[in-house]
Amino acid sequence: MMASSYSAKDEDGHITVSGPGGGTLRNKKPENTAFKQQRLPAWQPILTAGTVLPAFFIIGLIFIPIGIGLYVTSNNIKEFEIDYTGDDTSSPCYNCAKNFSWNNTKSCTCTIPFQLDQPYESNVFMYYGLSNFYQNHRRYVKSRDDSQLNGNIDSLKKPSKECEPYASIDNKPIAPCGAIANSMFNDTLKLFYNDPNGTSVPIPLTSTGIAWWTDKHVKFRNPVGTNSNLTAVFQGTVKPVNWHRPVYELDTDPENNGFINEDFIVWMRTAALPTFRKLYRIIQKKNNMAPTLPRGNYTLVVDYNYPVRSFEGRKRMILSTISWMGGKNPFLGIAYITVGSVCFFLGVVLLVIHHKYGNRNNSANISN
Amino acid sequence: MARHSEEDAGMAKAPPAARQRKKKPKENKTRTVHANILHDCAKGDENPNRHYANNKIKTTKYTVLSFLPKNLFEQFHRFANVYFVFIALLNFVPVVNAFQPELALAPVVFILSVTAIKDLWEDYRRHRSDKEINHMDCLVYSRAERRYVEKYWKEVRVGDFIRLRCNEILPADVLLLSSSDPDRLCHIETATLDGETNLKQRQVVRSFYDLDCEFDPLKYNSIIECEKPNNDLNRFRGYIIHRSGRRDALYKENLLLRGCTIRNTEEAVGIVIYAGHETKAMLNNNGPRYKRSKLERQMNVDVFWCVIILLVMCLFAAVGHGLWMFQYGDNRPVFDVLSPEGTNLSPIMSAIYLFLTMIIVFQVLIPISLFVSIEIVKICQVYFIHQDMDLYDEETDSHLQCRALNITEDLGQMQYIFSDKTGTLTENKMVFRRCTVAGVEYSHDANARRLAMYQEMDSEEEECMSHGGTLPRRDSVTSHQSARVVLRSQSTKSHRRTGSRAEAKRASILSKHTAFSSPMEKDITPDPKLLDKVNDCSSQMDFMRFHSQPMSQLPSDLSDIIDFFIALTICNTVVVSSPNQPRHKVRMRFELKSPVKTIEDFIKRFTPSRLTSGSNSSSSSSLITNRSSNKGCSSLLSSPSAESTLTKLHEEQPSGGLEQAFSPIPPSYDGKTSWNLDEGELRYEAESPDEAALVYAARAYKCSLVGRLPDQVIVELPHLGKLSFELLHTLGFDSTRKRMSVVVRHPLTDQITVYTKGADSVIMDLIKPPDTGNSKGKRQKKIVCRTQHYLNLYAANGLRTLCIAKKILSKEEYACWLQRHLAAETAIQGREELLFESALQLETNLHLLGATGIEDRLQDGVPETIASLRKAGLQIWVLTGDKQETAVNIAYACKLLDPEEELLTLNADSQEACALLLEESLHYIQAKFLCSPSGPTTKSFNTNFSPFDIYSSSSPSSQSTPFLVHRLGLVIDGRTLAYALDKSLEDKFLAVARSCRSVLCCRSTPLQKSMVVKLVRNKLKVMTLAIGDGANDVSMIQVADVGVGISGQEGMQAVMASDFALPRFRYLQKLLLVHGHWCYSRLANMILYFFYKNAMFVALIFWYQFYCGFSGSAMIDQWYLIFFNLMFSAFPQLITGTLDKDVSAETLQQLPQLYVNGQNSEEYKPYMFWMNMIDAFYQSLVCFFIPYFAYADSDVDLFTWGTPITTLALFTILLHLGTETKTWTWMNWMSIAFSIALFFTVALCYNASCPACYSPSNPYWTMQRLLQEPLFYLLCFITPIAALLPRFFYRACQGTLFPSPVQLGRQLDKLPADIRRNILSLSRVKVGSPLCPKLPFLSLAKASPKSYYKKDGRSVSGSKQGPLLQTDEAKRSPLQPTDSDMHLSDLYTPAPSEVDTLPYTKDNPALSGELQTSSAADSEHLNKTIEPSDVNLSSCVTSTPLPAQADSVQLSMPPDGASQCVRYTRNSEERLKSEHAVSSAHRTEPPTERPLQAASFSLN
Repeated sequence: MMASSYSAKDEDGHITVSGPGGGTLRNKKPENTAFKQQRLPAWQPILTAGTVLPAFFIIGLIFIPIGIGLYVTSNNIKEFEIDYTGDDTSSPCYNCAKNFSWNNTKSCTCTIPFQLDQPYESNVFMYYGLSNFYQNHRRYVKSRDDSQLNGNIDSLKKPSKECEPYASIDNKPIAPCGAIANSMFNDTLKLFYNDPNGTSVPIPLTSTGIAWWTDKHVKFRNPVGTNSNLTAVFQGTVKPVNWHRPVYELDTDPENNGFINEDFIVWMRTAALPTFRKLYRIIQKKNNMAPTLPRGNYTLVVDYNYPVRSFEGRKRMILSTISWMGGKNPFLGIAYITVGSVCFFLGVVLLVIHHKYGNRNNSANISN
Repeated sequence: MARHSEEDAGMAKAPPAARQRKKKPKENKTRTVHANILHDCAKGDENPNRHYANNKIKTTKYTVLSFLPKNLFEQFHRFANVYFVFIALLNFVPVVNAFQPELALAPVVFILSVTAIKDLWEDYRRHRSDKEINHMDCLVYSRAERRYVEKYWKEVRVGDFIRLRCNEILPADVLLLSSSDPDRLCHIETATLDGETNLKQRQVVRSFYDLDCEFDPLKYNSIIECEKPNNDLNRFRGYIIHRSGRRDALYKENLLLRGCTIRNTEEAVGIVIYAGHETKAMLNNNGPRYKRSKLERQMNVDVFWCVIILLVMCLFAAVGHGLWMFQYGDNRPVFDVLSPEGTNLSPIMSAIYLFLTMIIVFQVLIPISLFVSIEIVKICQVYFIHQDMDLYDEETDSHLQCRALNITEDLGQMQYIFSDKTGTLTENKMVFRRCTVAGVEYSHDANARRLAMYQEMDSEEEECMSHGGTLPRRDSVTSHQSARVVLRSQSTKSHRRTGSRAEAKRASILSKHTAFSSPMEKDITPDPKLLDKVNDCSSQMDFMRFHSQPMSQLPSDLSDIIDFFIALTICNTVVVSSPNQPRHKVRMRFELKSPVKTIEDFIKRFTPSRLTSGSNSSSSSSLITNRSSNKGCSSLLSSPSAESTLTKLHEEQPSGGLEQAFSPIPPSYDGKTSWNLDEGELRYEAESPDEAALVYAARAYKCSLVGRLPDQVIVELPHLGKLSFELLHTLGFDSTRKRMSVVVRHPLTDQITVYTKGADSVIMDLIKPPDTGNSKGKRQKKIVCRTQHYLNLYAANGLRTLCIAKKILSKEEYACWLQRHLAAETAIQGREELLFESALQLETNLHLLGATGIEDRLQDGVPETIASLRKAGLQIWVLTGDKQETAVNIAYACKLLDPEEELLTLNADSQEACALLLEESLHYIQAKFLCSPSGPTTKSFNTNFSPFDIYSSSSPSSQSTPFLVHRLGLVIDGRTLAYALDKSLEDKFLAVARSCRSVLCCRSTPLQKSMVVKLVRNKLKVMTLAIGDGANDVSMIQVADVGVGISGQEGMQAVMASDFALPRFRYLQKLLLVHGHWCYSRLANMILYFFYKNAMFVALIFWYQFYCGFSGSAMIDQWYLIFFNLMFSAFPQLITGTLDKDVSAETLQQLPQLYVNGQNSEEYKPYMFWMNMIDAFYQSLVCFFIPYFAYADSDVDLFTWGTPITTLALFTILLHLGTETKTWTWMNWMSIAFSIALFFTVALCYNASCPACYSPSNPYWTMQRLLQEPLFYLLCFITPIAALLPRFFYRACQGTLFPSPVQLGRQLDKLPADIRRNILSLSRVKVGSPLCPKLPFLSLAKASPKSYYKKDGRSVSGSKQGPLLQTDEAKRSPLQPTDSDMHLSDLYTPAPSEVDTLPYTKDNPALSGELQTSSAADSEHLNKTIEPSDVNLSSCVTSTPLPAQADSVQLSMPPDGASQCVRYTRNSEERLKSEHAVSSAHRTEPPTERPLQAASFSLN
């Protein structure tokens, strides 16, 4: 728009003697290029029943097998879930749940027996699941200091504003600060296999390798390396209010202690939806012969520390194998089958339409 | 720079140097200009001119310092920007913030800075051009050096003396004080100001006129008082006060305007009056206009709806959040984080805060980039329109100009076109066609043939050599002429070999560079009869002069003839220039003498002795002035041209003394160089094309104008040689008088003669009533009578008529008149009025000489353009200043009026009569067309009646023309229009006019034109387009929604006022039908898409609120959220918005019906916004819930879940665009690929860049991890397909079941070219043609009989909508057959043509015979058939073709409809006239009794 005002003004003083003696004729003729004349070669699809029809059938034909494949895959995944919230009076954890709050320091233990009907062949992943826990709440999600978790000393001493009001207590910085860390899941789950011969064999649970590799090695770092004394490093900080132990006592393994404790890292990855599960431990497959978890009776021993009753949450323990497409979830398979069928059906509808009405255009056009 | 310092030094050295200042009381009304050199002692603040702007121009808006604040301030005038800034700032409030505050600012800053950079760049360009202009050189007088020194333009000040040389451009508005021209004239070319290429004369201020020696600035000591700077180019008033106290008036003739070019003048000196920004040129230069297009208005409504949706969503979320909070009671869960201060917010408070937060989160719903994108797309559209070769006119080397950049899409929505006639529909190339002298008509058949030849030449097919041979030669005398014709045709041929003919034409035009001088206008073939008479007459006169017989003995018819041609030659303001030095006027000076300016002068000159003297050369010879001889008469006498040497010698003898006295240089000198070369090539610089045409016509009869000076006109007559007419006065043309006159002294009779030329209506009233007593009087009466007859005939043939008259003044009469005239001239107050009255006094009792008919040829392709625009559903009204008959005939010629349709002519001379007429017309229309709704009425003229409409169910036609449009033409004249536009009648007028297919307003003033446009625009709520070429169209152009200027020959005012400037009328077709359609559909689709896209994206977050406790959380990373619109999804839609073509240009032009699409806003209807919104919500549901369920109860984290959703949304949005894209060029593919690549690149980089930044999402390695998961790909595959399934399915069904006309057009595009052509030609012939076979293509009509029926019903009900009509109808209906029979039968006759034939029906035989030919070929064919080289060319060339279409009429005549209809019988006009005292609504009936001349003449 300015351009034309410019050119208008241009006329005012411009010396263009295009007169008889002017000599050079200014030729303003536009160039005859496909682009400038808007004649670029183009594919012009016209959406009619006839033209679109094959697409629908092809989509249908592709989707339905995929869906079936996904569904089968998902069904092959074994999953076991047990709710140990303790809402029910019948629940073994009822007592623990009833009078438990964040202030309790003494832990309460409850034992839940369960039975696996099928052997779990491959590696088994042990999750804890929470329901109704809004880890995705806007203020909650923000309430962390990534810089502190990355091992920045300054942030350790002076946590970011985002952590308020969980940044400091009595002017002592909280490490790790923020509401997410403060509300960290702190139940301890142990699994025992009740041998048919009556003994209770503890199942070895691997607590490493449950977090993203990049989280463990890049995103989360202890303030000064991993080998130095964490107690000294975290000197001058206080533990989060709800925690029972300071951060440097999360684990005895120095590779899994402090900010790089994998349970902590997993917790810090805030869940997307209010019902979620988080990887707790991995049960490694021992050898090729025996199943990781054979059929039989098991006992889950819970150190009940985490109160969920205040927000009517649920706590679960999940045992699951995984496949190439993740955990057990038949939805995607069903979705593919459904969409594929719908496409196929619509394809048939279009075929009918095309047969009944579409002909007239074509025949009319062709007959000319 | 060197010069700078030198100058500065010079100024310093000479203390009384060229800059001086003196205190001067500030005046309000006038400006006082002193010469700078008088005041050089006082530097700085003493200069009296210091208050005036200097000549430095600065068109930039900003300076380095002011850029930022000023630009921001301007940008914040746009409400959207303020809104977005507000939202961004809201993020800085911790309680409500949703995003990182700095990040939230990014989009706004981005948008603002893009605009700012654009502004900056434009400003810089302006700055550069300013600098260039400011640093041009000119000569300014320096007192210090006592000579003119070179200075930059910017250093010129008011009060400086500047010297200008030939071909220099004026740096400022300068008062002309001296000129090297012996006549004290200075010629300027004002092409840069108003586009007029003819030379204009400017005169030295009168008091400096008689200066003998060269003007010496040092002696100048006058003071100039003049107007304050204003922008009126045609006005300048003031006076100059000399030291002696004498005052002299200053006129616009004394002022040279900045930007003009000096021509034909060696040197001129002037004093600067206005400089820099105060010059008239700069004051006239206002920037482009801003209009808001209809689409944008519509869009703004939907933006408003978006705001509402936004608020509803926010409110919903806020309430939800409140409830969510409430359910926990006092028992706060761990995840409900306290405010930073640790306080616990109540649910209500947090709901309120959340409301604000949600506004931030959902801000994307109001598309921030929409406004910027629309601007970008429009600029691209303008670029493409500019680049269109079809809109480029080779002849004038000009292409379409878009002056308003933001209403391109309005072009696609026009409903009414208001067109000027002259210069718009016609070429404004006035060609002399025929004339009548002394009551005898000379039909100029040969000339007509010649013109027909040009027409053929225009239709490229013509063999070039053939016209060289067949071109009628002039009679023997003009042998050189025909030689030239051959020459020209040869050159044409050679050009054609290399390029197009138009190229050759352009070359020839440019080489000559004179307006109104194309060969067609110049080479007039004389009528042999008349030529003989002229020869005869002049030889007699020569004989008589030789024998000193009084001229009065000449037979009066012969003397009339010679007077007629003399009048043609001299009664104008044409300037003659010679060909070799194009802008050097030919000087044929016999003497030097100013026009009569004072009484003394008059007395001195018109001494009785001289007046009575019989010597024809006495007046000249006795007036030798010293000056002219002193001057040496550098460019003086002509010598006789070669072929007339004999006669010349013969004739020169009596005046030989004179010539010798005036030619110190041998005559041959000048003759060889400039004059004798080619007498025929003298160039005439005329201000109007009519003048040029008449002068060229006279030249064809050997009465050539060979020189014009302010005081005399030199005419060369056959046998008589050159005669010098002393020019006493020129009373210029004005539109109120409608005539011009010159007062001359006839060199042969020495009588003071007034020659008047003007519109016939005016002149005929001024003719001296012949005194019937004697035979002379009777003869005179007969002449007048006959002339009137021929005038009517000319008008009927569409010619422009002019009457030529003369009057001989006695010396006493003249003296008497002169006195008053001089008084008027010198009056300062009301000078114009006095001059006007003085002219009125002179122009009375005229003696009629004859009349001329000038043809204003239709531009190429006008009928075709009008026909196709009309097919496109556009109503075309022609508003012209021309007389009724001419206008009607042009209208027929350009197919605006159809011979088959009835014509309602409204001529009333009083308000009551007008009211009555309108009433009657209304009744007539109702009675005729509404009485049988099932009959022919429903087949009212349907502009879109074509197979395409028949089987398109959406029946666009009935919507586009909600009011029934009948096959009626309305003709109304200016006076009646004035009454009709009265408040009380305008509704009625509109009711009548809108039901007519074409409306023609004749004799309308510019104001009326704009009133009509305004009326239609405001009352009918339609989109209007006004097109015109002249200053009289400016008001109309400004009022209309879209103003189009024709950059023709009549200057630039219309172009300056317009939004689009076209070189030719026919380009309107492509501009509207193709570019308008494209622009509209592109932009409409883009806007809809924008709304969809943003709604879809925002809705994703909205659904998420249900799963995050309405906490305002977003699973989409804020970076994606903010840049999604700005970067990831921005390019494809811009490309599609710029390049998408729904239908190809060819099909759009061949099927104008597709234009209705835009008129009805079918691409963007209000419901479509909601459909898109619903679709957006559906798609977002799919895009949300498929990942939701896929990831339900998994260990996925917030942003690892959100990223796939973003990706899916992007894919879905792009795929959606894909389904809406109609043409896929590589640019589309590229843009989509680019978008996707950009997203992944950015995501990967972003996710790999900083492990601890980007709180809170901290998406380190998220994308990388996702890309390893099969689930991600599976989601990406299914979701977009599931989301788009309904839309895709709907589109497919629609494409088959109920395709829109546009879709059909698109299908047509895909067909092979020959089949397509076939179908198109069939669609044209189809209606009303008996020859049309039952085509399978057409038989489809039965497929949608319901819609057809519906259409009918709707149109009928629509026709009853007009409240006025309905009541009238109700009133009348009981009376119906009987009363109206009685009443109306007087007025109207039944219409045999009441059929639904297309205007092209008459061409059917030709067309159907050649179905294979394309429409372009058809139209050419049409031209040929219409203009056969028949004997009776006179009627064919100019007026409408005679149709022969009886069979088609009969065929389509609805039998029962006619019988039901009220019967009207033939009228008796006398009765009507006596009853209503109006020349009433009157019907011409062209088809069978074609002689419409008779019909229309009875009106007058």
